[in-house]
Amino acid sequence: MQTVDVIKAPSSVVANEDEEWTEIIAPRTRLLDLGLRDVWRYRDLIMLFVRRDFISTYKQTILGPIWFFIQPLLTTLTFIIVFGRVAKLSTDGQPQVVFYLAGVTVWSYFAQTLTATSTVFIANAAIFGKVYFPRLTMPVSIVISNIVRFFIQFGLFLAVWLYYVVTDDSLRPNWLIALTPALLLLMGLMSLGLGMIFSSLTTKYRDLSMLLTFGVQLLMYATPVIYPLSSITDPTYRLLILANPMASVVETFRYAYLGSGSFHWAYLGYSVLFTVVILFIGTIIFNKVEKSFTDTV
Amino acid sequence: MSDIAIKVEELGKLYRLGEIGTGTLSHDLNRWWARMRGKEDPFAKIGETNDRTTKGSSEYVWSLKDVNFEVKQGEVLGIIGRNGAGKSTLLKILSKVTAPTTGQIKIKGRIASLLEVGTGFHPELTGRENIFLNGAILGMTKSEIRAKFDEIVDFSGVERYIDTPVKRYSSGMYVRLAFAIAAFLEPEILIVDEVLAVGDAEFQKKCLGRMKDVSVNDGRTVLFVSHHLPSVRSLCETGLLLEKGGIKLFDSVGAVLEKYQNSDHSKHDGSRSVLPVQCPIYFTKWSLRRTGVTSLDNHSAYSKDLVTFELSVLCEHNLDKVEFGFILRDHDSNIIVGINSRDNDRDFISFAEGIHTVLFEMVLPIKPGKYEVDLAIAASGNIVDHWVSDTKLSLLNPYDTVLDDKWSGLVNVDFNFDAYA
Repeated sequence: MQTVDVIKAPSSVVANEDEEWTEIIAPRTRLLDLGLRDVWRYRDLIMLFVRRDFISTYKQTILGPIWFFIQPLLTTLTFIIVFGRVAKLSTDGQPQVVFYLAGVTVWSYFAQTLTATSTVFIANAAIFGKVYFPRLTMPVSIVISNIVRFFIQFGLFLAVWLYYVVTDDSLRPNWLIALTPALLLLMGLMSLGLGMIFSSLTTKYRDLSMLLTFGVQLLMYATPVIYPLSSITDPTYRLLILANPMASVVETFRYAYLGSGSFHWAYLGYSVLFTVVILFIGTIIFNKVEKSFTDTV
Repeated sequence: MSDIAIKVEELGKLYRLGEIGTGTLSHDLNRWWARMRGKEDPFAKIGETNDRTTKGSSEYVWSLKDVNFEVKQGEVLGIIGRNGAGKSTLLKILSKVTAPTTGQIKIKGRIASLLEVGTGFHPELTGRENIFLNGAILGMTKSEIRAKFDEIVDFSGVERYIDTPVKRYSSGMYVRLAFAIAAFLEPEILIVDEVLAVGDAEFQKKCLGRMKDVSVNDGRTVLFVSHHLPSVRSLCETGLLLEKGGIKLFDSVGAVLEKYQNSDHSKHDGSRSVLPVQCPIYFTKWSLRRTGVTSLDNHSAYSKDLVTFELSVLCEHNLDKVEFGFILRDHDSNIIVGINSRDNDRDFISFAEGIHTVLFEMVLPIKPGKYEVDLAIAASGNIVDHWVSDTKLSLLNPYDTVLDDKWSGLVNVDFNFDAYA
């Protein structure tokens, strides 16, 4: 069964009569009201969700948290063999290990956060249908637990990176490293915004979840993860790649730590603008859907 | 400030039936277009009332419509109704799981709902970890849970397994732990749905006690939905009877329960509507034998009168070793009278083909009320017919009393009364 919105406004209410009520449940709320105060009140729940994600992921595995390292290492190894050795793609003269690992670390944070947030409603339909807590706590907790995961993998990257900084003089790290937290925040919000849109729309139209799973995989090829932006010389393709808001994020990250590639405030500015717009749209849709999705899912 | 805790105004919820697939998008676009032009929803007006037994012509159904009621602070309200009457929808809206289509609910105080115990339990986590997680889902902060942790573990009685993942728990332990967490929530308003249908008898008793404690001692408002009428009767003061998405009756719990129990029986002449097939011997009708003139119908009597039950039996072919069972059940399905035709040193009976009448004569020293008549025939040790009549036995009070039904007990004993100055 599915719920239906009716355009009958709730009977008009007199303001001062309502003050004594803690809460009024009405058919619709304001579009941009995210209920952040409610989310703050449930902050303990967010942290418990994060904890749950970690504990449950690696329970009954032998290697446990070591999987955090195996994943990027094996991916990097595959990239080195396939794209570095066989296809002989350029890495801007940088050591392949650092080059690919940088891309993989950044990209996997974005991809995993997006994939996980985009199934929030469907994956949690059972619990959402039984008890109310601010729905936003779920995607927010996913963003946070992926930040933690990112830091662990980032530590691996730093270790490899430091080794090459000492032994290899082709790396030219610069002050843009200071932008790392900002990049992380940008990616977190971007994947949160996109995830909210996808998770809201998939409650009704499952087609989107089909699209998303392989869409994220394909999007990696439209992001300079396995190749440097400089290797794209055709202006049309270059523009297409830059239209991908993740392109400038990955490029900036690599530029900061490796010194190769390109960095422009304008490109990054575009990503910021994109994120703001997506978050705005995501908020509106998420808000609308969270009130009645249990009837459509 | 008034002492109203919950005020429900003009509440309605419209559902769309059938599959969501092709056609949904076009409906959505239609509705969006109507909204843009400021028109009424083109699909809303064709909605019908919620009656699952008749086939409606519209795809849209009002699961709840024009529901208005108020709950006072500290009141325990029982919500009853048949499946599909709109109880769950009402609770879902109240607990903010889904939004209403029309109307609004005003709430004073924090609200917590127990629509199902154990929501959000993660099988891989230990009991301890799940207490924190589930408590937080239900709206408690970490420090609140920590303060109540020992009480919760104690109430649940699973202390030994508290550091074991809950996937290793038996289902009973699982439910115990889940209810214990919920029982120690401290919202001003608590919504409970059917949770008492689980756990063993001892634990159910414990849960009921805890809920009574919550409402009486802590003065909290409780909304309780259950099909288990005895618990509704013992817990609640007021009742709300829902029928087809609307309010049928909103009154004291006694009045509401009576209305609910009487609303479903259409046949009152004591005859059996569906006769069994390929059965050697079966009941066709029951009534009370009348000797003198009386204003009562054939299925009513006064408490403590001598009554004779007349059971019509149809025998298809000759049978030996026949015996009869006779049971009266009260409104809570407790067996009040249970007798066998062989009880008074009587032996088995032999029946010839044809129509027979069987008589049970007795004085019923039980309190006035409605009793279900449940009959059985056994032949050579096997039960061959079992019939629960749609018509209930009405036992009436020979005099009027100001005392409420719920104080009259089970047994109408003979007693003497005296008073001295």
